[in-house]
Amino acid sequence: MHELLEGLLLPSFQNDLLLERHDGATLTIAGTRLAFTTDSYVVKPLFFPGGDIGTLAINGTVNDLAMCGARPLYLSSAFILEEGFPMESLRRVVESMRIAAVEANVQLVTGDTKVVDKGKGDGIFVNTAGIGAVEHGLTIAPSSVRPGDVILLSGDLGRHGVAIMAMREGLQFESTIESDCGSLWEPVAALLAAGIEIHCLRDLTRGGLSSALIEIAEAAQVGISIDEISIPVREDVIGACEILGLDPLYLANEGRFIAFVPEHATTSALEILNRVAVSSGAVKIGQVLENPAGLVTMKSRLGTERILDMLSGEQLPRIC
Amino acid sequence: MKYLEEYRDPVAAQQFADAIQRTVTRPWKLMEICGGQTHSIVKYGIDELLPKQVELVHGPGCPVCVTPLELIDKAMQIAAQPSVIFCSFGDMLRVPGSSGDLFSVKAAGGDVRIVYSPTDSVQIAIQHPDKQVVFFAVGFETTAPANAMSVFQAKQMGIKNYSVLVSHVLVPPAMEVILGSPDNRVQGFLAAGHVCTIMGYKEYEPIAEKYRVPIVVTGFEPLDLLQGIYMCVSQLEEGRHDVENQYARAVRKEGNVPAQQLVAKVFRVVHRKWRGIGEIAKSGLALSPEFAEFDAETRFGVSAYTTEEDSECISGLVMQGAKKPKDCAAYGKRCTPDHPLGAPMVSSEGACAAYYRYRRLRSDDLVNVGNNTHG
Repeated sequence: MHELLEGLLLPSFQNDLLLERHDGATLTIAGTRLAFTTDSYVVKPLFFPGGDIGTLAINGTVNDLAMCGARPLYLSSAFILEEGFPMESLRRVVESMRIAAVEANVQLVTGDTKVVDKGKGDGIFVNTAGIGAVEHGLTIAPSSVRPGDVILLSGDLGRHGVAIMAMREGLQFESTIESDCGSLWEPVAALLAAGIEIHCLRDLTRGGLSSALIEIAEAAQVGISIDEISIPVREDVIGACEILGLDPLYLANEGRFIAFVPEHATTSALEILNRVAVSSGAVKIGQVLENPAGLVTMKSRLGTERILDMLSGEQLPRIC
Repeated sequence: MKYLEEYRDPVAAQQFADAIQRTVTRPWKLMEICGGQTHSIVKYGIDELLPKQVELVHGPGCPVCVTPLELIDKAMQIAAQPSVIFCSFGDMLRVPGSSGDLFSVKAAGGDVRIVYSPTDSVQIAIQHPDKQVVFFAVGFETTAPANAMSVFQAKQMGIKNYSVLVSHVLVPPAMEVILGSPDNRVQGFLAAGHVCTIMGYKEYEPIAEKYRVPIVVTGFEPLDLLQGIYMCVSQLEEGRHDVENQYARAVRKEGNVPAQQLVAKVFRVVHRKWRGIGEIAKSGLALSPEFAEFDAETRFGVSAYTTEEDSECISGLVMQGAKKPKDCAAYGKRCTPDHPLGAPMVSSEGACAAYYRYRRLRSDDLVNVGNNTHG
């Protein structure tokens, strides 16, 4: 994916907005600053503990706007349905989207539906695009990240990834691990309302915390140092990861983000985040350094240091 | 988490590191056999905690790494057939064959599935009586019992559409190859805890005696490894060469006897080719005559196929502890986890991938990646 972006898409469509490589583009139209984003949802299984493809399709795009510091306003939605996809399942997905849109306070204002032949799709694919209003003067992007910034993580890692993996592989644990899927606009709005000088935001979807940090370190050409012991992961998620041979730092989340803020804002930003339900587990996990540019290092719990590297493809369960 | 956090405790880890420091008086080279141990060592930076006299060299115990190239090619040939559902452990899918990997077969329309247990493949065979279901039975002694059980079950249930592509390997013969080499640098071993969970450790006693090397059965968590290293270094300093068991919470001397009996029934010991190393006598398992009908090589007519390996990849030397990944000219440049030349760059247990993923920051590694001064 990283290679596809670097090797094909960025060179083909190069423009200043795209080169920011953010979750969405922030643009000015007739003096109004807007954020614009799109995402496609192809999750398997369609329904999982804590959500479904519909909740993801709304919250994913809402969160991409929130990560631009934009108030999510309007969404489009396009469905690609495989012939024979059960109407009942479609109703469930649409109902989830309706509820998620109400909760995130966005309106779905345009859309499209296509049907492909049986065997040419995977049940249902959903694309959503979104527009949000940028109501502040900050540039929330990797280019604003500065050495000395602290990195705040909004809560525990890995629940969405494990929920999906457990469902997909038919694995059962003592208690059901539910996806953390949710809207991230509320905590971002609270930070902005309090005047916190946010430098960058990134939700921790595909590729998890590690990939998000590496992308920002590369884009901003800064070093990032994090502390393993400060990163919250629930015990049941750790257990599942041990069994499956997965690393929580690379697991997808759908209701978690990192915020880069100036060091002096650490305490107030954490207090604000901790007051909002979806980010009540927020903690400081690390800091931005001048060097080594483009690299993320982690202090292990034993006090040793190692590099976090980009994942090649999916995480694969190990043999033994 | 119970029985996990305890073995990652920083204070206890430092105490072991200090104890090793107090014990060691001269340089020693230890080999950890298992790729899982290599992964933990590099992930937690265990080697950084050790005195400079103690050098860890990485052993051949990565099942993905030692599975011969031609077997990957055979797997791809079988998996590409439209009548086949090909089942494998996850990390075999990205191992490069002569051209492409099992993921490329899947991308081209092959039905390639990741399973967590070989007995899941038997279930798939029951659910798809119109398909041939093949399980890629690789690995060391650790995975052999479950793989044997799948074949045993299939025979008992009279399942005709299940077969296994087998390339099992055994640890002790590989240790003897390393110890018997005139270039051998290894003075003590951390034996692979999970292999010994199955096999016990009686079979290591003649090796320790013959080559006069200490062998410590060792687990995979940071404290396991540090304690195993401490026990091994203590033996070396005292001039002993015993087999000791650090991983007593999982390993008994006699091992898991019913599992061994099942393996002995379903499999027989054969000469086996190891990727990067070559053929080692009596170092592998193949199906015994009683279960020969479940052999995918025969069923799909690929037994005679052979192929040669990439000459640039020095994985064989890396896996025997003669070279470190950074000694390879291709490491980090022509060979990366995205584009692996050899299997050790694929699996997270492979020494090259572990180095690449976790160690590039250190100056010696950076020099190698940037300037190719080691090639």
